[in-house]
Amino acid sequence: MSEKNIINLKGIRMSYDGETVLDGVDLTIKDGEFVTLLGPSGCGKTTTLRIIAGFESPDCGDVFFEGKRINAVPPHKRHINTIFQRYALFPHLNVYENIAFGLKVKKTPKSEIPAKIDEMLTLVNLKGLEKRRIDTLSGGQQQRVAIARAIINHPKVLLLDEPLSALDLKLRKDMQVELKNLQKRTGITFIFVTHDQEEALSMSDTVIVMDKGKIQQIGSPADIYNEPQNAFVADFIGESNIIDGVMKKDFLVQINGRDFDCLDKGFAENESVDVVIRPEDVDIVPPVQGMLEGVVTSVTFLGVHYEIIVDIAGFKWMIQTTDKHEVDDTVGLYIEPDAIHIMKKSEYSGLFGDYSSYSEELDEMNEEAAEAAAEQLAEEEK
Amino acid sequence: MKQRGGSVVLNAPYLLWAALFIIIPLIFVGYYAFTTADGGFTFSNIVTFFTSETYMVVFWRSIVYAIWATVICLIIAYPFAYCMTKLNLSAQKLMMLFVMLPMLMNLIVRTYSWQQILERNGLLNKLLEVLGFEPVIFLGNSAVIIFGMVYNYLPFMILPIYSVMSKVDHSLLEASSDLGCNAFSTVRRVIFPMSLPGVLSGITMVFVPCVSTFYISRQFSDGNIKMIGDVIEDKFYKSSVPDYNIGATISLVLMVIIFISLAVVNRFSDGDDLDGGGIVL
Repeated sequence: MSEKNIINLKGIRMSYDGETVLDGVDLTIKDGEFVTLLGPSGCGKTTTLRIIAGFESPDCGDVFFEGKRINAVPPHKRHINTIFQRYALFPHLNVYENIAFGLKVKKTPKSEIPAKIDEMLTLVNLKGLEKRRIDTLSGGQQQRVAIARAIINHPKVLLLDEPLSALDLKLRKDMQVELKNLQKRTGITFIFVTHDQEEALSMSDTVIVMDKGKIQQIGSPADIYNEPQNAFVADFIGESNIIDGVMKKDFLVQINGRDFDCLDKGFAENESVDVVIRPEDVDIVPPVQGMLEGVVTSVTFLGVHYEIIVDIAGFKWMIQTTDKHEVDDTVGLYIEPDAIHIMKKSEYSGLFGDYSSYSEELDEMNEEAAEAAAEQLAEEEK
Repeated sequence: MKQRGGSVVLNAPYLLWAALFIIIPLIFVGYYAFTTADGGFTFSNIVTFFTSETYMVVFWRSIVYAIWATVICLIIAYPFAYCMTKLNLSAQKLMMLFVMLPMLMNLIVRTYSWQQILERNGLLNKLLEVLGFEPVIFLGNSAVIIFGMVYNYLPFMILPIYSVMSKVDHSLLEASSDLGCNAFSTVRRVIFPMSLPGVLSGITMVFVPCVSTFYISRQFSDGNIKMIGDVIEDKFYKSSVPDYNIGATISLVLMVIIFISLAVVNRFSDGDDLDGGGIVL
């Protein structure tokens, strides 16, 4: 990774039919970085990607590529290639011809093409499938063809629009590793779009969290996880208990009427804040030793650990622990100062981080329904 | 077993239909083509047809006109269909309506109307007169007959091409552009190869009715330029002495030609996507 900026977006705004999709997006991407745009359906991440590719032009704002404004440059003249969500492989061409497409368009001498394709086929592990028709390939193989077809053009930037969403879990994990390796080997800047936070954290150098057409936070995966800037980011990246608190002074926060030492400072005296405590950072101890006391309302065994919901003065906390507890047990909670993260109040305060209506199944169902609805909406727009 | 009996019952009306309106007429055509007027078996009808200069001239004319009409239809229809796919959905539906509209009228009425417009004293010449031009003889030449065929059969070229083209996934066009194609090379490298089944289907659907055209040629040339369809019509009921045998022979030869051209076209399309003959008028 170098310090050179390759892509700059400045003040990008965009709306479809009066609906704001991007609401002032500014971002800088460094050459050779693996950047992920992360957010829920409809947050504007795909639109951002399409603006960089040149398929959409923003209502206002500028797109810079290596310092030059490229708003008016059509997609076929940008040194950028895309891997599409459903791959968009050409069904009338076989594997070889699909990969060769970009070379042929650019009038690469015929004698050079076979060697380059051979190299690509080796890179993506597809040797021997040259003559196969696209519709005879599995999802994972199609994915590899799409990667080879893009990378063979040696783009400076590769855009990946949820490329793994159509693969099953096992294959997805493998492809994550492969993509990451590929990015390291080729040194190409990857801009990856996903709604899967685990995928984002495990692959990226930099994660850009988006919601409602705005960038919520930009940072390394560890920063995003450990120092979320608001309740949305805290909730979207992993599980979080987000509790109302009052910052008494630097390094001291009050939750549920009790003072806790913490590592955060720079807030006004008695400023009300959102306090994030990750479920895995809470220790369950006998009530007398605890800093807070509550009643267990549900226990779910998840293999690696138990997920326990504890009711503390009406607010339900999620706690992950390897010790077994029973429903209706009274337990104490012990929280280390470094487990506490303080955030300023935001428009998202109070919306997330309470597990009172929590049920994993329900959560997943809601997510799936929302995704299906969003996809349908996108189809209709087309 | 029961299911099988059911499917026979369900299929019965169609089998009956096929027998009554396809198989039996074909048997009659075959019968007349290979018999003399008094019912004896003969090949002489076929020999007569292929050795008669009059028939051969008409026969080749039909094929040449049909090829012209098909090519012109293709040249008009392809860009037309392409432009249609670029419109928004409601505009596409409206255009589709306009394309279909003439087809709601009977062919004979349409042709007769055009004859009225193009006549020596027709609407178009009256208009030219008002504008101070000399009247033009529009009718009576091969060009106007080909025009008539193009006018009548153009929708059959536009519709299959449009239907295949509109199904080309938009993301493929984006992929093509992403990989360095401008609009023109996207058409050449992606849209055209992918729309080929529609083109072949359109060619079949235009060429087949064109080659057997009648009425249009007669109306537009006052009976002076005959197509093979007109000759068949004459043989069966226009001439004072109907000659079913030679009429059936010409029909049979035409059918064979059409089958061969269908087979050729089907070959090009790998045999899939093309429901060929079924939709032909």
